[in-house]
Amino acid sequence: MSALPPLTTASAGNTKLDLTRIRAEFPILRQRIHGKPLVYLDNAASVQKPNAVIDAISDCYRNYYANIHRGVHLLSERSTIAYEGTREKVRALLNAASIREIIFTRGTTESINLVASSFGGSTIKIGDEIVITGMEHHSNIVPWQLLCERTGAVLKVVPFSDAGELILEEYQRLLNSGRVKLAAFVHISNALGTINPVNTMIDLARARGIPTLIDGAQAVAHLTVDVRALNCDFYAFSGHKLYGPSGVGVLYGKQALLEAMPPYQGGGDMISVVTFEKTEYADLPNKFEAGTPNIAGVIGLGAALDWLNHLGLDAVAAHEQQLLEDATAQLLAIPGLSIMGTARDKTALVAFTLHGIHPHDIGTILDREGIAIRAGHHCAQPVMQRYGVPATARASFAVYNTRDEVEALVKSIWKVKELFA
Amino acid sequence: MNDLRDLYQEVILDHNKQPRNFRILPQPTHHADGVNPLCGDRISVFLDIEDDIIQDISFQGAGCAISSASASLMTEALKGKPVDEVEHLFEAFHTVVTTNAECPKGLGKLSVLAGVRNYPSRVKCATLAWHAVRAALEHEKQPVATE
Repeated sequence: MSALPPLTTASAGNTKLDLTRIRAEFPILRQRIHGKPLVYLDNAASVQKPNAVIDAISDCYRNYYANIHRGVHLLSERSTIAYEGTREKVRALLNAASIREIIFTRGTTESINLVASSFGGSTIKIGDEIVITGMEHHSNIVPWQLLCERTGAVLKVVPFSDAGELILEEYQRLLNSGRVKLAAFVHISNALGTINPVNTMIDLARARGIPTLIDGAQAVAHLTVDVRALNCDFYAFSGHKLYGPSGVGVLYGKQALLEAMPPYQGGGDMISVVTFEKTEYADLPNKFEAGTPNIAGVIGLGAALDWLNHLGLDAVAAHEQQLLEDATAQLLAIPGLSIMGTARDKTALVAFTLHGIHPHDIGTILDREGIAIRAGHHCAQPVMQRYGVPATARASFAVYNTRDEVEALVKSIWKVKELFA
Repeated sequence: MNDLRDLYQEVILDHNKQPRNFRILPQPTHHADGVNPLCGDRISVFLDIEDDIIQDISFQGAGCAISSASASLMTEALKGKPVDEVEHLFEAFHTVVTTNAECPKGLGKLSVLAGVRNYPSRVKCATLAWHAVRAALEHEKQPVATE
């Protein structure tokens, strides 16, 4: 990787991000929407991509693309090296013990489905219980419901408070049944922004011998994740929320567990010997990567990790927290606006409703002001049901957002109120 | 803001704020729910049909301004009409909200929703109540379930 110019300036012990330079690295941000400068605040759904990622994908296809793990020719070797290079970068990101614990998937959803199918399918039986929380994304609900339907296991749900914080006493009570075979929960809620106390939750499960899976889709771009310090058994995330391309994700799993699990899908690349009588499976991680993977996508994810490392996750998080503070204070000054999710530990997103105005109308009017937000149930319908609303509007921030953009958001919400007055 | 006024016309804002026929019919001859899976919005429609005439029609539910106003305007447009006219009106309405065709005169007040054509992601909001009514009428053709 060629040397990148610094995107941060150190001053008085604080690392400040150079936002002008950072924004210049995102070509999509230069455009106007309905004649207004684009203000992209739908980052919890997916973040935009820097040149480093776009160029890495393009470079792969233009200069060295070939299938991996099988060629004796130079292009295949180069593609394999770049693909496997990302695996090491992901291992370092998560501080996993070995690259054998890093499985590439299509995204968080597939990572969770892999565990539900392979680990769940081989260990969970009728009458067993799986504990999840009330603030899960549908991707950490439906795979377990399917597993329960197949096996006769039962899903148990940890409730949360009005502020959007999990009720840990209830979590412990559910863990104490003696029948729980897995606890699967979200690190950061995409609908509320709550950062859950995953350390404590994993410890509580481990003390009872219960394996844990963490849905880290919203977490990896905003805070440091150390799977060995956490001591979780599985950790799942997507590349596209981490400045990488869509269609690539990761499952971290402890080696001993992954080795004991049957394959998820069968096909090429996941075998060592195939005869019609019997197939011997490949070693980790290939056992779980059947078929030709998203080669350029994985390489793009590697570029995204380099790019993010270069910025420093701490500086990114500090900047985003500043935006969250600004946005929260300014939005709460708008009469009739309620924020859903007011946990003490919160990531940079604000989900809100406006009295008498449906989130879809807010979304449409903001779009005409060039502002992209999410309006809807955020693939977390149980969270909407918990608060008795059909939907919320959600502004979510990334490293390239500015305080001016927060102001543009607030001004436009005043315009929404004016139109509906 | 000007082009937003094309979508959020006064009539629409008024029907959103004070929806007409917003109630449950106690003994409807026809009833169905319309759900927009994109946003989770849900609208229930109730019809009272006698001699192939829509004697009464009402709706309930929570939705955005476009879906609420469209439902409200639809109930006004359909009350007293022969059942046969539902399909014709729906087709005319659908054309108006999805194409650049001129508004047919027979649409009356429903034509205030024509602005939706410039907001493709909102077409489903405008047609939700209509789909519910069509589903309610469809059910009649199937055997009535005994309870």
